Amino acid sequence: MNRRQGRSAASWARASLVAMTLAGGALAGPPAGAVTEIQWWHSMTGANNDRINSLAERFSKSQSDYKVTAVYKGSYPESMTQAIAAYRAGNAPHIVQVFEVGTATMMAAKGAIVPVEKLMKDAGEKFDRSAYVPAVAGYYTTRKGEMLSFPFNSSTTVFYYNRDAFKKAGIDKAPETWSEFAAAAAKIKASGASSCPYTTSWPSWVHLESFSAWHNTLFATENNGFASLKARLAVDKPLFERHMKNLLEWSKNGLFTYAGRTTEGDSKFYSGECAMFTGSSATYGNIKRNAKFDFGISKLPYYSDVEGAPQNTVIGGASLWVMSGKSKDEYKGIAKFFGFLSSPEIQAEWHQATGYLPLTIAAYELTKKSGFYEKNPGTDVAVQQMIVKTTDKSRGVRLGNMVQIRDIVHEEMEAMLAGRQDPKTALANMKRRGDEQLVRFERTARE
Amino acid sequence: MLFGAAGWLPAALLAPQLAIVLVFFYWPALQALFQSVFIQDAFGGSLQFVGLENFQYLFSDELYLYSFQVTAVFSIAVTAIGLTLSLALAYFADRAIRGAYVFRTLLIVPYAVAPAIAGVLWIFLFNPTLGIVSHWLRGVGVDWNHVLNGGQAMILIVVAAVWKQISYNFIFFLAGLQSIPKSLLEAAAIDGAGAWRTFRSVIFPLLSPTTFFLLVVNVVYAFFDTFAIVDAATGGGPAKATEILVYKVFNDGFKALDIGGSAAQSVILMIIVLALTVIQFRYVERRVRY
Repeated sequence: MNRRQGRSAASWARASLVAMTLAGGALAGPPAGAVTEIQWWHSMTGANNDRINSLAERFSKSQSDYKVTAVYKGSYPESMTQAIAAYRAGNAPHIVQVFEVGTATMMAAKGAIVPVEKLMKDAGEKFDRSAYVPAVAGYYTTRKGEMLSFPFNSSTTVFYYNRDAFKKAGIDKAPETWSEFAAAAAKIKASGASSCPYTTSWPSWVHLESFSAWHNTLFATENNGFASLKARLAVDKPLFERHMKNLLEWSKNGLFTYAGRTTEGDSKFYSGECAMFTGSSATYGNIKRNAKFDFGISKLPYYSDVEGAPQNTVIGGASLWVMSGKSKDEYKGIAKFFGFLSSPEIQAEWHQATGYLPLTIAAYELTKKSGFYEKNPGTDVAVQQMIVKTTDKSRGVRLGNMVQIRDIVHEEMEAMLAGRQDPKTALANMKRRGDEQLVRFERTARE
Repeated sequence: MLFGAAGWLPAALLAPQLAIVLVFFYWPALQALFQSVFIQDAFGGSLQFVGLENFQYLFSDELYLYSFQVTAVFSIAVTAIGLTLSLALAYFADRAIRGAYVFRTLLIVPYAVAPAIAGVLWIFLFNPTLGIVSHWLRGVGVDWNHVLNGGQAMILIVVAAVWKQISYNFIFFLAGLQSIPKSLLEAAAIDGAGAWRTFRSVIFPLLSPTTFFLLVVNVVYAFFDTFAIVDAATGGGPAKATEILVYKVFNDGFKALDIGGSAAQSVILMIIVLALTVIQFRYVERRVRY
């Protein structure tokens, strides 16, 4: 009897344990000796993890007052959750890398973070907002014009294609519009060059968020959430319906394969299974390492009859946020570290090694001058897509509860592709359910 | 006096265990109750009392109600299939065959595998394009694509969850079988009972305490310990087809940082499990013969 009773008591208590989300897990220790330690939590894996460690080490060696310790804290959602838990337990790290989806949540948490522009000014470090690529800086700037976080690794959506498969199918150039794309996909299928003409990673980011900016159309009202917290989704529009209809049609005809919600499409492309692919520009390194065929990169296709298209695509990736409640000396060290990170040389090196965007115009110029883009054709596509002047409709998508909204978009798309609802219903459901999330966010946000 | 004449010693001996239960079970449970009536931003800076609104919101959401249905299907499938299979395996492993030790050891191995790894393992086998099982299935005319097909996604997580739990059930069933007196089985044989008759009329009733214990444990397992498998294998998709209640608690709380909503869900889960446990002890246990 004993054991059973223990079990049942434990069972429902465990339910609450799951809910007891935040128990703290910070390890930020006191500074050792004269050197002030700065904790940097991040989510970079593999080669990029090595790069981060090298950056931290090089900065620490470049002077004797501060030491930056880079700590890998799991995936983006994991490190963000841990940083928040640590903050609530009074143990926050100094710097945390937060993905773009979490931006609105961080922005709404005034008091928990220190605006990067204020940090630099207080510490007397040089900081020029206009040095940054507008589409990048604009994303992390409040509507009052203050830059809140430090742009670090930004990517955007691009189109990759398998040149070998294209040759086999008799296609001589990358499709520029969606109608050229459809023709190319049909050719690939018919010629047997590949049984999977096209797949994508991040369906919501590529096919709704970036798609809308690319066509200079709003994804959500209030300039995609930039103008106020009262934003609501605007996807129940003919342009989105047209695109969803096409995706459904292509999926039915075997031209488009839905791979999953995040990066599942990446491997389908570099394994050679799918001939065309849309995904993050930062997948470049991975594709280059793994693909056993000749591949090309080009801009996202667009609908040529839509006015204002192509405009620019939106950013993904992450930025660095500084947490509140630290000492003046520590903030000085963080400011110095950001100064180090924003030098054109470091920026250019990071861009060239990772496939992330150059964040300052100087870094772009430096990379161009070095002849990197000629040696690595296609690596400038993402930059070209981003470096144009943005419009109010194309600065990006910055909505609260974005994690849930993306889930909702994906769920409704999945139900549509499985044939359980038509595109119009799918979009209407996205709007209805997404708006519920936005209303909830509006109530708790502080600005 | 709680401890009467026995004095302080029993209290002192119980104290460590009670402290653990209080700190790790009751305190979080109370926290969940408390947080379920508030909404707050992720950083806990703005705390607003909203009464039962979080619950109202949940029950007005047809997708949350759908999640109950998914959980029911999943839990019943995992418990029923898991118990049946492991009983069959234990029954056969109990017979004195050559290499019984090897089989028994092998059958216990999956229990040592972490749930997330179990999920990934099955995902590899069933990957729509690269997986070996989906390749075989295609050979026999089944188009396996759990990325879009909700029913197949459900099968996948049930298989993974059952596989993970089979060894645990197996150990208990095996122990139960070995404690059945040989004399009873011999008596049944003398009376002319066949293998099936012996099993049904002698073995199964004698196993009932074990079966009942495993039933409780497996229901709890299906409700709570499977979210890592769901997270690794399907992420609740496609279109919520595999979003069981506990996964939704985890997803809304840890990934989406909606603490009020997540707390409300865990309170509901607590009530469900409490109710289930009461039902099991009240009605099912009556049929158990110790």
